[in-house]
Amino acid sequence: MNSAAFIVIAIFTLAAALSAATLPKLMHAALSFAVAFVGVAAFFFLLGAEFVGLVLVFVYIGAVAVLIVFTILLTRRDIEKDRGFNWAGVVVAVAVFGGLGWAIFKTNSISIAAPQIEPLTVKRIGELLMTSYIWPLQCVGLLLTAALIGALVLVMEEKR
Amino acid sequence: MSDSLDQIFIHAKLWLLSWLTGLPEWAVQTASALINIFALLAVFLTLFALISVLERKILGRIQNRYGPNRVGPFGLFQPIADGIKMLIKEDIVPARADKVVHFLAPVLIAATALLALGVIPYGRNMTPFVIDGGILFFFAVGSTTELAVFMAGWGSNNKFSMLGAMRAIAQMFSYELPLIITVLPVVMIVSSLTPDTIVAAQNGYVFGFMPRWFAFTPWGATGFILFFVSGLVESNRTPFDVPEGESEIVAGHMTEYSGFKYATFFMAEYIGMFAISGLAVTLFLGGWHSPVRALEVVPSYIWFFIKLSILLFVYIWVRGTLPRTRIDQIMNFAWKFMLPMAFTCIIAAAVWHYAERGLRGWLWSFVVIATVYTALSILLDTRRKFARRTYRFAE
Repeated sequence: MNSAAFIVIAIFTLAAALSAATLPKLMHAALSFAVAFVGVAAFFFLLGAEFVGLVLVFVYIGAVAVLIVFTILLTRRDIEKDRGFNWAGVVVAVAVFGGLGWAIFKTNSISIAAPQIEPLTVKRIGELLMTSYIWPLQCVGLLLTAALIGALVLVMEEKR
Repeated sequence: MSDSLDQIFIHAKLWLLSWLTGLPEWAVQTASALINIFALLAVFLTLFALISVLERKILGRIQNRYGPNRVGPFGLFQPIADGIKMLIKEDIVPARADKVVHFLAPVLIAATALLALGVIPYGRNMTPFVIDGGILFFFAVGSTTELAVFMAGWGSNNKFSMLGAMRAIAQMFSYELPLIITVLPVVMIVSSLTPDTIVAAQNGYVFGFMPRWFAFTPWGATGFILFFVSGLVESNRTPFDVPEGESEIVAGHMTEYSGFKYATFFMAEYIGMFAISGLAVTLFLGGWHSPVRALEVVPSYIWFFIKLSILLFVYIWVRGTLPRTRIDQIMNFAWKFMLPMAFTCIIAAAVWHYAERGLRGWLWSFVVIATVYTALSILLDTRRKFARRTYRFAE
């Protein structure tokens, strides 16, 4: 049951990611990118990490995907133009893939048979965030608030 | 007797599932999920049909006219006539439209609206899908609506559509913030993101008669009002209907949709309204708990739907009463008033919690909210007096 679901979701996610990379229209690519995020979120659901999956949908589809489509809408006027094959992109992609693969294979702590851990409930995540990880959380909050204020300052009308 | 009436739908479902004994586990699970989905669709699409005619009736009453009264008794069969009309209408797709995106937008918007209904507890043991982070699921699914609205606006390749979509996304983003932040105090007090736990925490009575609903605490009352107003904006209802203001931009992102696709948008809007009202009932109005101890014999789902219909009536009432606001007024209201008040709710809830959740906590959190409200109203006062309007060409 689980492996069948894994294969279905994997095909779905890979197809979405591939079409995001190959579709000629930039807007279609951005939308299939959002679909790929749904696939990744489904993986997290399958692994029992509901919270991570939900946050992924919330942040990446609700905010990041909308941000991407808006940037496309507001910046490029020549989105339909064919630019030919981008070799620099291939180099970057292969480099990132190689780096990630190397890092994963060098890591010793990953064992194939996952140890039995108690399910990570939302309550436990909340308790951990409010006790052990309170300082990282506060730092992230500060950073995000600073970013918000910065964005507001950028768009503020100049007083004459 | 009352207990079996309360659990009648649960028993019905178990009885249906008992036919499947002997089948493998996954088949039973799938069947169980399908029964839930069919029940949800049946109930809420019926409610949609009902509310669409009731809304026109009530608006008619408010505006001193009859409203629909031709089809069936009191015009009650109007939704059937509307449905047939929508089905046989021609489906027009603009020649320059992005066909795929144009087609997918109503599908996505309806799917997300229906998904959000799945986590709300409709009665005792009557949550269709119990998810650990149910509240988070609700908002995660709800945030996808913005992408669907954008797809509708962009895929139509029409200026009105794009403008409407931009307006809709701008106001939905701005109000999602107070909407989610007003949920936080409830989550903090209950220390759970599961809707069932939140409902269970509002069980019982204070002083023996006042239900322990969060709407009866100062932070809860403020949070409920903020949540309700944000819900009005999220479902693009009057007075916040600039995204589809007919007099300005035809129908916003739905301009290029006709026939059944338009009906799908319309349906998604109403389903979204039901979902957000249902969540408001769950979070602040005690879910399916009865308000009076003597009336606890009445089945829980009836209480839920009574509360839901009261909220829906207020939605319609507001629509019949208030004129449309300007987009800059909406934005100013969100960032200058709603957001600070939502943050105040968190502080007031914390004060209430640390003053032992009793009368003392009630008073202290009331003081916090009253102080911030007064300060905000002094700070935001533009000292603009109401003046008699002068017309240049009319009179």
